[in-house]
Amino acid sequence: MENQNKIKRYFEGIWTGVYTVLVGMAITWKHLWGHKVTMQYPDKFDPLKTGFIPEFARNRLFVDMDKCIGCAICQKDCPIDCIEIETIRASKEDPEAVFPSGKRMSLWVSKFDIDFAKCMCCNLCTENCPEDCIYMTREFEFSDYDRMKLLYHFSKMTPEKIAEKQKIAEEEKAKKAAAPKQAPAAGQKPDNPKTE
Amino acid sequence: MSEVKDVSVVLGQVPTQHMKLNVGPQHPSTHGVLRLVVELEGEIVVDVTPVIGYLHRCFEKVAEQNTYTQVVPYVDRMDYVNSMNNELPFVLGVEKMLGITPSERIQAIRVICAELNRIASHQIAVATFGMDAGAFTPFLYLFRDREKILWVLEKLSGSRLLYNYIRIGGLMRDIYPAFKDDLRDIIKTVRETNEEINNLLNNNKIFVERCANIGILPSDVAINYGCSGPMLRASGVPFDLRRADPYLIYDKLDFNICVGSGTVGTVGDSWDRNWVRMLEMEQSLRIIEQAMEMIPDASEDVRAGIPKRIAPKGELYSRAENPKGELGFYIVGDGKAKPVRVKGRSPCYVNLSVIPEISKGYMFADLIIILGSIDIVLGEIDR
Amino acid sequence: MESNFILELIGNNIWAYLVTALIPLIFVVIYALVAILGELKIASWVQDRLGPMRTGPWGIIQPVAEVVKLLQKEDITPRNANKPLFNTAPFIVFTGSFAAFAAIPYSSKFIPADINIGVFYIFAVSSFTVIAILMGGWASNNKYSVLGALRSASQMISYEIPTCLSIIAIAALANSLSVSHIINAQSGWFWNWNLFGGQGPLYKFLFIPFTLILFLVYFVGSLAEANRNPFDIPEGESEIVGGYHTEYSAMKFAMFYFAEYANMYVVSSMITILFLGGWNSPFGNFLNSPIWQAVWFIGKAMFFVFVQLWIRWTLPRVRVDQLMHICWKVMLPAAFVSLIFISLLGVIN
Repeated sequence: MENQNKIKRYFEGIWTGVYTVLVGMAITWKHLWGHKVTMQYPDKFDPLKTGFIPEFARNRLFVDMDKCIGCAICQKDCPIDCIEIETIRASKEDPEAVFPSGKRMSLWVSKFDIDFAKCMCCNLCTENCPEDCIYMTREFEFSDYDRMKLLYHFSKMTPEKIAEKQKIAEEEKAKKAAAPKQAPAAGQKPDNPKTE
Repeated sequence: MSEVKDVSVVLGQVPTQHMKLNVGPQHPSTHGVLRLVVELEGEIVVDVTPVIGYLHRCFEKVAEQNTYTQVVPYVDRMDYVNSMNNELPFVLGVEKMLGITPSERIQAIRVICAELNRIASHQIAVATFGMDAGAFTPFLYLFRDREKILWVLEKLSGSRLLYNYIRIGGLMRDIYPAFKDDLRDIIKTVRETNEEINNLLNNNKIFVERCANIGILPSDVAINYGCSGPMLRASGVPFDLRRADPYLIYDKLDFNICVGSGTVGTVGDSWDRNWVRMLEMEQSLRIIEQAMEMIPDASEDVRAGIPKRIAPKGELYSRAENPKGELGFYIVGDGKAKPVRVKGRSPCYVNLSVIPEISKGYMFADLIIILGSIDIVLGEIDR
Repeated sequence: MESNFILELIGNNIWAYLVTALIPLIFVVIYALVAILGELKIASWVQDRLGPMRTGPWGIIQPVAEVVKLLQKEDITPRNANKPLFNTAPFIVFTGSFAAFAAIPYSSKFIPADINIGVFYIFAVSSFTVIAILMGGWASNNKYSVLGALRSASQMISYEIPTCLSIIAIAALANSLSVSHIINAQSGWFWNWNLFGGQGPLYKFLFIPFTLILFLVYFVGSLAEANRNPFDIPEGESEIVGGYHTEYSAMKFAMFYFAEYANMYVVSSMITILFLGGWNSPFGNFLNSPIWQAVWFIGKAMFFVFVQLWIRWTLPRVRVDQLMHICWKVMLPAAFVSLIFISLLGVIN
């Protein structure tokens, strides 16, 4: 009985072997002449234009400097510390310290660097921005041959302008430091150029 | 069929030397940077020592220096092929410590994302297992279908692989309008491809002969070593965290626990582990179908439940059913914004530790099959 | 000798022999380019993708690009490798594969060397590759290569036996070992092919199950001889990286690669000679002129090359001891039984 079982299993093994191989070959034959799923990028396929990259894609950051108020919440939220922000206190009487939308600027953003070699596109920086000025775009082809080129400088202030604003800020600070000495002595409001 | 051979009897009195072979960190089938130091007697494996640590990224130290919200992207990157499942135990743990329960709609969306990632992870497991056995084509078919899942998740969260989607208290953003249609398309495609893969790979006699009775893991050994997930279930133990310790809305959903039953060999061999993964894919589809019905069409603000300041106090071990096993996080918080300690209990690390036990006496080619059937991802082992 | 039109054209001198030797070489080179492109394209189409598309229209120039790439790579020799063996192994492999081309016909008017033991010669010379693979594996000073070489030696030597039995059975049917005799014994319409029992009156249907078994045995054995999937254990990519050709680079690797494709063609043409009627047209005397005969022969051989490529991307790999089981316990008894029956039936009739 056991020998008969063995013989049966032997022939069954041969039969299953040949049969399953043929079934597998039939499947691959079907695929050989079937539809191919390759999208030939970049010659014949543009993911950005064809909408293949969805509307909300987390690819490359963009900062709209016309709206940034320099609060540095994004710098605090970044887990990797790839955002570096430096601000200069804007003087209250500076006529240039106004946003294009008309709002009063309280901080000049002199440095807004994002290091894309470190950025992991986690989107945490964009979520808490009060002005919605930092957001992720769909742009994904921004690799470069030089690693230093991946350090993006978003701030539009030239070095001369930065120096100028810093001087104004320091002057104001010096004035404020000197002012309290006068106020208790005279008991009157110091001359405030703004009210004139 | 390969039987466990007693080598000393086979070789008699001839003095021989074992060959130490280094299946090095760079190898086509170690699923990452894993080093196995294998002691061979001809073709038969005498001892295996895994050497890990090539992908260590100091996750636990980094977690001590970032706030809880900032730790979530790092948790993603542990097992990078199924990020949603990684985020779940951490987020659920912190929510429990804070006493937050999100709405049922949010929980249903979380379940759908987790199950989609479970399917994606099992697809990779089966595909790479086939490639280890020498069949190159199922790999491509399964990856083609995995692309569909990744497209849906890209439309949902903006990123293909590392989502940062499940947040403490809610989600990153709401689902898009065509989400349910895309899900129905995925369900149909995955069912068809699984049928094809069964015919092409799983029922193929050559594949069956390669995998049956290889790397048999008895159930008591599995429990003693602490294995979990499909490895444990393939040895016949019907333990699934979604039933044993339900989280989210799993207690309201109807699905089977897939257990290996020695269909073509012994219970707990490599074929069973592979088969359990195939069956689990089908169960995940059932779960997605049911959870889809539980999402009302009206959208809500999924970010409303995210607290302004996340500073839990206390210690908690929270766990969830990862596709690879039980992923757990032991979170220690002291009321500050940054955790004191986050320890990740990685399922693959524990599952890998069983290799020296189950691969003695098999041939070298079998060792590769056993390693493939455990389904490891080095990012999770090394953290 | 009478089946070589070049000798008839130029006369029986050294130039004729040189041209006769050159034509298969040119054919092998062109065939290798086509086979490389075929492998890439068929592999891609089976896997639902398009394959090489950018080199030339539809990727036609890809094989040339591959050859240029292999030519300009750096030739690395491991420091402790056994230099004489290491350097000569690839060339011996190629010599073994190419020497068989001397007896492979193209049509009834062009067989480079029509020796009266043609089939035996082809078979014997192509087993040269075993030695060279052992040399290459051992001399590489690499444990993976040694493993691959040992597996390969055992595989190729074992599989020669069922293959040989198959050849003996067909030789018994045709009463000769010469290539042209075997093919001429299958002339006529396609039901005269050895696959369907060979020439003869209706009782040849008794032969058909056995010739079918022999055909399958020979086909599977030829896959093992050529180290192709599902028997590509020696170069099992997932396990031992490259097997015996792990340490080779540039031109030497190209030689191994080249020899593998040449071997595939040798084996496919043996199948056509033995079972499928060689250069005979399947429609009797229609389209049976010498030029059409070349088309039929090369077409049938290329079809079997295609089937070998098709199988490679379908099946998983067999383990070494299962390979031995298939050879010694399944194919050998089957081949023996068929041989005995065919000889018996041949004697009775």
